[in-house]
Amino acid sequence: MAAKSYPYIPNSVAEVQEEMLRFIGVGSIEDLIADIPEEVRMKEPMELPEPFEDEAGIYRHVSGIMNKNSTAEELRCFLGAGCYNRYVPAVVDEVINRSEFLTAYAGEPYEDHGRFHALFEYQSMMAELLDFDVCNVPNYDGSQACGTALRMATRITKRKEVLIPRNLNPDVLKVVETYLQPDVKITYVNYNDKTGRICLDSLKACLTDKAAAVLVMNPNFFGIIEDKAQEIADMAHKAGALMVAYVEPSTLGVLTPPSRYGADIACGDIQPLGIHMNYGGGVAGFVATSEKPEIIEEYPSRLFGIAPTSEGEWGFGDVLWERTSFANRDSAKEFVGTHSALWGIAAGVYLASMGPQGMKELGEAILQRQVCLKKVLSKIKGVKLDRFSGTSFEEIVVDFSGTGKTVKEINEKLLEKGILGGFDLGKCFPGLEGCSLLCVTEQTTAEDIKAIADALSEIIG
Amino acid sequence: MNGLTRMKKFHQARWNEPIIYELSEPGQRGVLVPGPCCECASKEEILGTLPEHMVRKDLANLPEIAQLQLVRHYNHLSQENLGVDGNIDIGQGTCTMKYSPKVHERLAGSPKMLHMHPLQPANTAQGVLEIMYKTGELFKAISGLDVFSVQPGGGSHGVLALASVVRAYWRDKGEEEKRDEIITTLFSHPADAAVPIVKGYKVTIIQPDSEGYPDIEAFKAALSDRTAAIFFTNPEDTGIFNVRIKEFTKLAHEKGVLCCYDQANANGLLGITRTAEADFDMSFFNLHKTFSAPHGCGGPATGMVAARKELRPYMPVPLVEYCPEKGYYLDFDLPKSCGKIKSFWGVIPVVLKAYSWIMTLGADGLREVSRVAILNNNYCMKKILAIKGASMSFPNHPSRIEQVRYSWEKLKKDTGFGTADVQRCIADFGTHYWSSHEPFVIPEPFTIEPSESYSKKDIDDYCAVLEEISRMCYEEPEAVEHAPSNSTVHHIDHDYFDDPAKYSITWRSYNRKYKGYFEPK
Repeated sequence: MAAKSYPYIPNSVAEVQEEMLRFIGVGSIEDLIADIPEEVRMKEPMELPEPFEDEAGIYRHVSGIMNKNSTAEELRCFLGAGCYNRYVPAVVDEVINRSEFLTAYAGEPYEDHGRFHALFEYQSMMAELLDFDVCNVPNYDGSQACGTALRMATRITKRKEVLIPRNLNPDVLKVVETYLQPDVKITYVNYNDKTGRICLDSLKACLTDKAAAVLVMNPNFFGIIEDKAQEIADMAHKAGALMVAYVEPSTLGVLTPPSRYGADIACGDIQPLGIHMNYGGGVAGFVATSEKPEIIEEYPSRLFGIAPTSEGEWGFGDVLWERTSFANRDSAKEFVGTHSALWGIAAGVYLASMGPQGMKELGEAILQRQVCLKKVLSKIKGVKLDRFSGTSFEEIVVDFSGTGKTVKEINEKLLEKGILGGFDLGKCFPGLEGCSLLCVTEQTTAEDIKAIADALSEIIG
Repeated sequence: MNGLTRMKKFHQARWNEPIIYELSEPGQRGVLVPGPCCECASKEEILGTLPEHMVRKDLANLPEIAQLQLVRHYNHLSQENLGVDGNIDIGQGTCTMKYSPKVHERLAGSPKMLHMHPLQPANTAQGVLEIMYKTGELFKAISGLDVFSVQPGGGSHGVLALASVVRAYWRDKGEEEKRDEIITTLFSHPADAAVPIVKGYKVTIIQPDSEGYPDIEAFKAALSDRTAAIFFTNPEDTGIFNVRIKEFTKLAHEKGVLCCYDQANANGLLGITRTAEADFDMSFFNLHKTFSAPHGCGGPATGMVAARKELRPYMPVPLVEYCPEKGYYLDFDLPKSCGKIKSFWGVIPVVLKAYSWIMTLGADGLREVSRVAILNNNYCMKKILAIKGASMSFPNHPSRIEQVRYSWEKLKKDTGFGTADVQRCIADFGTHYWSSHEPFVIPEPFTIEPSESYSKKDIDDYCAVLEEISRMCYEEPEAVEHAPSNSTVHHIDHDYFDDPAKYSITWRSYNRKYKGYFEPK
């Protein structure tokens, strides 16, 4: 019998337990689990630290640990590489922290009408941003979305090979490799060493009638716009393959949406649309396509649809439930489960609060800072910005190889001055040793840019 | 007013909320965006850097709405949602709906979590790495296993990680081609079958025997030197603890097979029996279920993977490690790893909430969680079995662990109403009820899991609602047919979800197919 009271366990009170046991007709809780055999029982209690039973104590303990972090808000952040230090409007946090959303799970379209409605709107707004007709309820992250988009392509084309460019985000690539193993073959397409874009000759050499999909990341991992995307799509289509575009959705107020350069499937991560970075936990994936039934049939994800009710209201529910692994465990299209619905609601609130004009201005604000950063850094002796000739959007490749210092050394010195330097490209890309990927967001200020320029001048000497 | 009387008078918010596009008015703005950071270049110059054909010429068709109107819209939608905080959420069996302490939200909502970039140097991320590492240390005691990854983003993703580790293990042993089969059970979670198929495995599903246990003879027949692994949930979705679990793992190990324990249903086992005692090699735990992180309408979540130290080389990269010189750090040096499962390192706010929960309760508290979950469940079971038309699967077992799969088979036979009808009705009482995972091998199934968060009175009230719905089915069939009548919306026409000519997954598609209110164009 519990000797103490637990705020989260109302029936830990001894008298209540006795009353319930009497009703059941047994003498103790132990009697209820008598069938768990001795051989699988724990012989000793779990060896856990002494708990912080009161709320003030646990708050002090955990925040004490977390205070050891230095955040991107406290430092000047020039890190991107798939996770972006965007401003998250307060309305987004307000909505997703409402406990009706936060603590709900899988309620029905009646008592949990709200989440169906909000996620239908999310799908609708994402479709407009991407200029497609269909978007899914979010999956785990952009990496899984990419893996799913490629697997969808294999099912649609009934082919088993996908072409992946080497200028894809290496973190995404690692997850996609795991996700596609063992039955989907990956062929890697080189990037052009001068432009940083996909090498069309390499693509041509790899592309056969075995290919289900050609993947394009746009802007690619080097931050460079794949401006030959339409040609790539045409080549893919000619070979009977689909073109899959991995896009950063917050660029699409300014950049052409993927459907307009021939993409059949768009995928990516919605973190830049109003989701806090959370040490990489604030990620969620999207897949978007046209409305062809043969394509929709291949989504593994939940797809919420709109329907009439008997009283003329907007009702919602699951479209083509039978596709999913919930309905069909051993013949499903991949699988579905608890993914990232709350982040989908967040991105919906973000897109609605930004509106058409806001998304355009966001893109312009980012582009302006990138141009500004490049201008300022170009004045520093030894720093080269022409490693790749392709056009940048929110991230730039900065080549320190002529400075005699490694990116690691430079980043350590920058950190001493309160600056989070860029992603060390040499770690993942042979031939790019000494190159750093620097990122701006709309939160980057002129002071930040001046600070990193001053710091680099001093470090490089 | 007693609970049932009160709940009968319930009416959920019904706002007839428009689709957000219907609220749009030209020129309205919800938030403004910073302008240029300096005057170093004109807008034309900036846009001029882009290739002409890659510049979007139109504005994305997003709604235009001012901030109050936006907040009001979403507040209305949230009011048309219940959540654990709004109802007695015991009707979603297998999902362990429990209270998520508010102090965890305060901690996870701190700037020290929100504004951490995943690629920051480890020396700036010692706090968050320490939480990840120490959560693993706590799970040494909880699971009896040795190495941990918080990377997977949910239970199914945990299964994906396990299946990927299995494949990496057999690759290393040179038997990847030969070992191409996985065995699971019918009352394991559907993901235990669906996910290994994605990883290229043939899956055999063991049917239950007459007592509801996985049929051990069928299991023996399925096991062979082609078996790569077994994926067992225990207790199964019926709430029955597989008492012969060690026989299964023994048989599997004799064939060299890896044993994977789906511990998504672990809420009744804490401090009582563990993965290690049942002789499993790996398992996963849902931090958003047993360990209190909220479900967020379906994620973000964490399916934490635990494994014996012998399997460390095959675990997802990176693992969090500690040494006095470096402090906490991410270890990528696992050349035989199964690879990465998720972008970056996992859903760290969920990990922080689970850590906080375990550190609040300690060993005694966790054991009390399970004891009360078992007590609540068996109390609830006795009440439900007294309801006309209700029965349970495999009634020979005297007690269950943390949940029960019931049946309305008799209700259906007597009244024509089954589990889907009960589901519609219950929305009128301000609560929620799920049926069960498919296929419905138990006729007209429902699965109730009254976790430790619920009081005796909560359970009494919920059972009184079920009893009232049963009465309605027998005595007021018309009311049942028209339900729900006090919910957010009325009866939804399901013809609009399967026909390509009728379904619309976006507002854009709706407007192409229909005008007004579902008038075909």
